[in-house]
Amino acid sequence: MAFGNYKEVMALKAKDNAITGVAQDGGVVTALLCYALDQGVIDGAIVAGKSDTPWLPKPVVATTKEEIIAAAGTKYTISPNMAAIKTAVREYGLDKVALVGTPCQIYAARKMQLYPFGARHVGDKIALTIGIFCTENFSYAGLKTIIEDHCKVPVESVKKMEIGKGKFSVKAAKDVAIPIKETHKYEQDGDHVCTDLTAEFADIATGSIGTPDGWSTTFTRTTKGSDLMKKAIAAGVFETKQMSEFAAPMGLAMLEKLENGKKDKAKKHAAERQALGLYVTPGILY
Amino acid sequence: MAKPKIAYVHLSGCTGCLVSLADTYEKLLDILGAVDMVYNLTLADQRELPEGKIDISIVEGSVCLQDEHSVHLIKEAREKSGLVVALGGCAATGCVCNFCRGGQANQPQHESFVPINKLVKVDAYIPGCPPAPEVIYNFCIAAVTGDMDYLKPFMAGEVGGYHCGCDLNTKVIQNSLCMGCGTCASSCPTRAIDMEFGRPSFNNIRCVKCGACAAACPRMFLPVEQIQKKLMV
Ligand SMILES: Cc1cc2nc3c(=O)[nH]c(=O)nc-3n(C[C@H](O)[C@H](O)[C@H](O)COP(=O)(O)OP(=O)(O)OC[C@H]3O[C@@H](n4cnc5c(N)ncnc54)[C@H](O)[C@@H]3O)c2cc1C
Ligand code: SF4
Ligand code: SF4
Ligand code: SF4
Repeated sequence: MAFGNYKEVMALKAKDNAITGVAQDGGVVTALLCYALDQGVIDGAIVAGKSDTPWLPKPVVATTKEEIIAAAGTKYTISPNMAAIKTAVREYGLDKVALVGTPCQIYAARKMQLYPFGARHVGDKIALTIGIFCTENFSYAGLKTIIEDHCKVPVESVKKMEIGKGKFSVKAAKDVAIPIKETHKYEQDGDHVCTDLTAEFADIATGSIGTPDGWSTTFTRTTKGSDLMKKAIAAGVFETKQMSEFAAPMGLAMLEKLENGKKDKAKKHAAERQALGLYVTPGILY
Repeated sequence: MAKPKIAYVHLSGCTGCLVSLADTYEKLLDILGAVDMVYNLTLADQRELPEGKIDISIVEGSVCLQDEHSVHLIKEAREKSGLVVALGGCAATGCVCNFCRGGQANQPQHESFVPINKLVKVDAYIPGCPPAPEVIYNFCIAAVTGDMDYLKPFMAGEVGGYHCGCDLNTKVIQNSLCMGCGTCASSCPTRAIDMEFGRPSFNNIRCVKCGACAAACPRMFLPVEQIQKKLMV
């Protein structure tokens, strides 16, 4: 089945201007976290916050709306969010932690819920998982090379970066867009056996593909995710649209095409690695 | 069906693994209710492994080769048991006992402490120092209910026999599988792992060789079907 298991799929845009002003797409992640915090569904969230190095994210345990909003926006490099899960539970004493992450980080959280090795009383504190779609990620040095050598702007001048419509674009000292092809060689190689584009194991998964700028394609996958989203929508957190408003080749048709592409590529890469005698994670291809 | 007979065998361990089992709070009663605990020196007055067949021996601690009684006990447990489970880093990988060098009063000759698989065949490993209570609980319930899908990763070859942070190097990083999630850093009880630019960096002096990080890494094994079945509801 395309896009993994899900209950609903819809197009969403947060209504709060303070959020849409800083969010990457429809602000679904940030608005939903703020709502969940308000409602006491969570008492904190692990997000990709800012560090002292420009565009190098740092996993942050956010316990206020201000901290959640300060971490909005996509950083196209690795933020090891799972590294902060024990900190959230032990040092912050949180009972209901939300984790935001790429599909692979959602797997990690799910594995920890079932097999909490070295995670005493931690796995059961993961109260909500919000997955963001992901085609690939870059190392920090890779991202910096793309920005400084290919886009030819200083990394500290970047205000926003985006991947879409076949381009890598930055809003910076000047606005630049380069063909995505130029960035491929900087992709993190661990991504090449990843079959998950739409965060198939999150409670709620969201991304930009399939909806116009400023909107997010959003799946609710579990009862928990679906209930929370229904309440948030009823409380007026989001503007909503049906995905059917965005007809092929846009909308879900486009998402499905890209998803299939990612799965096929991962299978091909895994076969090549196995032919070389390398280890490939059991269970990773599906 | 008769309740499985369980022996808790305490070798060179610190009892932290048993405390961790008790740390499942009221769920401990589920475990104790589901089994017949025939031997457990900490909790009951049975002095020797009982005669006859034992279904599962859960072993805490490593074996001191210079302590005849320990060597005998692990051999006897193996002979009598259907399954032998290495509980915790010391039994599974040697853990802190890897650093023993002897030379201390009043048994200066007690020098070589080995994971139990050095002497006997081990059927399942539960790494960690100590292993998380929830892992022990899940393992026990799966063993009693015969949930083989859940148990499979504990068998030799999946989480079994891992040793230290270096396993992440040889199995994950060297196979180009690391994607920088940071789970290993969270699982480490001694904070021997820092994430540097999205990759684990190991402090080998801090690592106590408990095996938790490798077992936790989602690129070591990924229980997709279990996640699907048990969590995506
Ligand atoms: C590496 C990467 C690749 C992506 N690729 C795609 C893609 O191919 N197609 C697609 O549709 N969407 C992709 N996305 C997701 C997209 O960029 C947005 O993050 C998503 O649509 C959420 O938008 P929003 O407005 O709801 O989120 P916001 O409200 O802006 O919140 C974004 C949240 O993501 C967190 N975050 C930011 N960077 C990271 C990171 N590196 N790791 C973990 N968490 C992070 C932030 O802390 C914040 O909580 C990717 C995201 C990342 C990080
Ligand atoms: S492509 Fe897959 S492995 Fe790589 S960052 Fe994205 S979700 Fe993780
Ligand atoms: S790095 Fe940490 S978790 Fe891994 S084996 Fe060493 S002590 Fe255990
Ligand atoms: S747990 Fe995550 S960061 Fe650590 S080695 Fe595995 S994939 Fe890499």
